[in-house]
Amino acid sequence: MAEVTLSHITKRFVRETALSDVSLTIPDGSFVVLLGPTGAGKTTTLRLIAGLDRPDAGDITIGGASVLDLTPAQRDVAMVFQQYSLYPHMTVRENLAFPLRSPVLRTPEDEITRKIAEVAEVLHIAHKLDNKATALSGGEMQRVSIGRALVRDPQLFLMDEPLSSLDAKLRSDLRVELKRIHAALGATLLYVTHDQIEAMTMATHVGVLDRGRLVQFGPPREIYENPVNLTVAGRLGLPRINALPADLFPGAPAGAATIGLRPEHIVHGEGQAAQVTRVEHLGDQTRLHLSLAGHDIVTLTDPHTDLALGDSLAIAPRNPLYFAADGARIA
Amino acid sequence: MSSYSVTAASPAQKWLAGTLVIAYALITIMPLLWIIATGFKSPSDAIAYPPKVTFEPTLEGYVNLFTTRTRVTPETLEQLGEPTTWYDRIVRQYDMVIAGPSRFGERFLNSVIIGFGSTFLSVFLGTLAAYAFSRFKVPLKDDLLFFVLSTRMMPPIAVAIPIFLMFRTLGLSDTHAGMILLYTAVNLSLAVWLLKGFIDEIPREYEEAALIDGYTRFQAFYKVVLPQAATGIASTAIFCLIFAWNEYAFAVLLTSGNAQTAPPFIPTIIGVGGQDWPAVAAGATIFLVPVMVFTILLRKHLLRGITFGAVRK
Ligand SMILES: Nc1ncnc2c1ncn2[C@@H]1O[C@H](COP(=O)(O)OP(=O)(O)OP(=O)(O)O)[C@@H](O)[C@H]1O
Ligand SMILES: [Mg+2]
Repeated sequence: MAEVTLSHITKRFVRETALSDVSLTIPDGSFVVLLGPTGAGKTTTLRLIAGLDRPDAGDITIGGASVLDLTPAQRDVAMVFQQYSLYPHMTVRENLAFPLRSPVLRTPEDEITRKIAEVAEVLHIAHKLDNKATALSGGEMQRVSIGRALVRDPQLFLMDEPLSSLDAKLRSDLRVELKRIHAALGATLLYVTHDQIEAMTMATHVGVLDRGRLVQFGPPREIYENPVNLTVAGRLGLPRINALPADLFPGAPAGAATIGLRPEHIVHGEGQAAQVTRVEHLGDQTRLHLSLAGHDIVTLTDPHTDLALGDSLAIAPRNPLYFAADGARIA
Repeated sequence: MSSYSVTAASPAQKWLAGTLVIAYALITIMPLLWIIATGFKSPSDAIAYPPKVTFEPTLEGYVNLFTTRTRVTPETLEQLGEPTTWYDRIVRQYDMVIAGPSRFGERFLNSVIIGFGSTFLSVFLGTLAAYAFSRFKVPLKDDLLFFVLSTRMMPPIAVAIPIFLMFRTLGLSDTHAGMILLYTAVNLSLAVWLLKGFIDEIPREYEEAALIDGYTRFQAFYKVVLPQAATGIASTAIFCLIFAWNEYAFAVLLTSGNAQTAPPFIPTIIGVGGQDWPAVAAGATIFLVPVMVFTILLRKHLLRGITFGAVRK
């Protein structure tokens, strides 16, 4: 395992700049989650680290040494691709054995058998080992491709939305499993996801990319509680942060254009009266859709609330986030 | 169960489709059957008018194809005594004895060497070139691809004279190597274009995964791309083989005693008093077999091409 750094990385494609001046340190043994809207440059970041693409500027080091001139094989990273990652002409077992049989590793056959059995057990694919890779469901394929990374013991794991096509139960099982593997192996992971729970529960650090720039990097709680701008604030939190005109409530600081309200920033029973427009009972929580002076606000309330459509509820902000007109956080 | 489905054909539709396919197959296979039948006719049955559909089969054509015979006087014939083999017996009816093997075997072997040799070379070079065109930044890629294709924009025989002179100067006339080179040159453009299409269809992610899994680019090509391109390689090989196997004009022009292939040889088989049609038909029949076997062996890959889908993880 090793520390990985990106310094001033820029990557351009013919028409667009996928990454511009990104600097990032992935500490040894950390679990770094990359968040960002589609097209932000997440996959590009992974590909540059893996050595599949070359940055136009900047340097990448793994374990202290620059890897720019190394081939992907020499970099000793494992990657779970966003798509197309199983070799379709091989069985599941052959897919899992493939990295172990590489000229770099040359693992003895008995060890291959043992490792495959171990990984198959963890990922619940033991009964599918002799299936052709094409004869699997989407979720099974995804698990096998995670497996193909896990059979190795690389310097760094790169995972591009590895849990995206799994059902909720399997997803939460694998979250726990990945977290366990991370702790047990002391592995370093760089993990791309759109899923807030994955980011909050697994990450030691979260990096938020937006249009090719790394806008914030830090522990997940810091990203959540202390976002540097409106885009970052919008990436985490369910329901999403409510972005409203700052003058809707009294007390906005000078220069504030937008007030950002998460559910925990909204006090019920005091302040201005809002109309209830929808009540969504989700079981463990209840989502309340409110309308205040023509603006929609989504917040949470008691699961057993008596509030109903058309009721009136007074709300007031508590320790809200304020943003300037350009989206930058000012308070 | 509903009796109506969007995708499944009704019995009437299946019946109609089946009839059409069988009728088409019969029409296209007629000339072939006629040739095969003629190979088993006697020379007089072969040229009978109206044509004979039923006849007494004989292996005379095949015997004549593989042997050379000489006419002998009845006295000599008597001295030889009873014929000892079935083919002797056939030949004796015409007061002849077998003088030795014909050159058909050699010519057939030449066809095999040249046909399969040039097919292997075309597919081998074509796959490498197609992979490079598909995956790498090649300077002037589009112009090069167009140039490759432009070699097929006229019938190859249009350049027969320059090639004839070139071969003579280089000492390639009437050699196996010369014919293999020539057929490879003609087939290569087709091979590159066909294979590039197939390789373009294979997502790069597979090779990239192999690179990260610890393999070199060549190993990734060999272990990941090639197996998935098998379908395309098989169909390209069939096209190349069919061209090289059947090619007639260059073979007539450039080969004679040494490297002559079967196509120019078969029509020159002369029997008693003119063309020996049963022997020609027998030669044509045997000549068909390798391409047929090759196609049938590779059929699995051709059919698989239809169902082979890309895998999302
Ligand atoms: N090979 C390429 N050629 C040209 N442009 C590319 C290429 N790969 C990526 N891009 C562009 O670079 C930008 C970043 O792409 P990237 O795949 O890194 O996004 P992403 O953050 O992974 O998005 P998603 O969440 O949809 O997977 C996009 O605008 C994309 O169009
Ligand atoms: Mg992506």
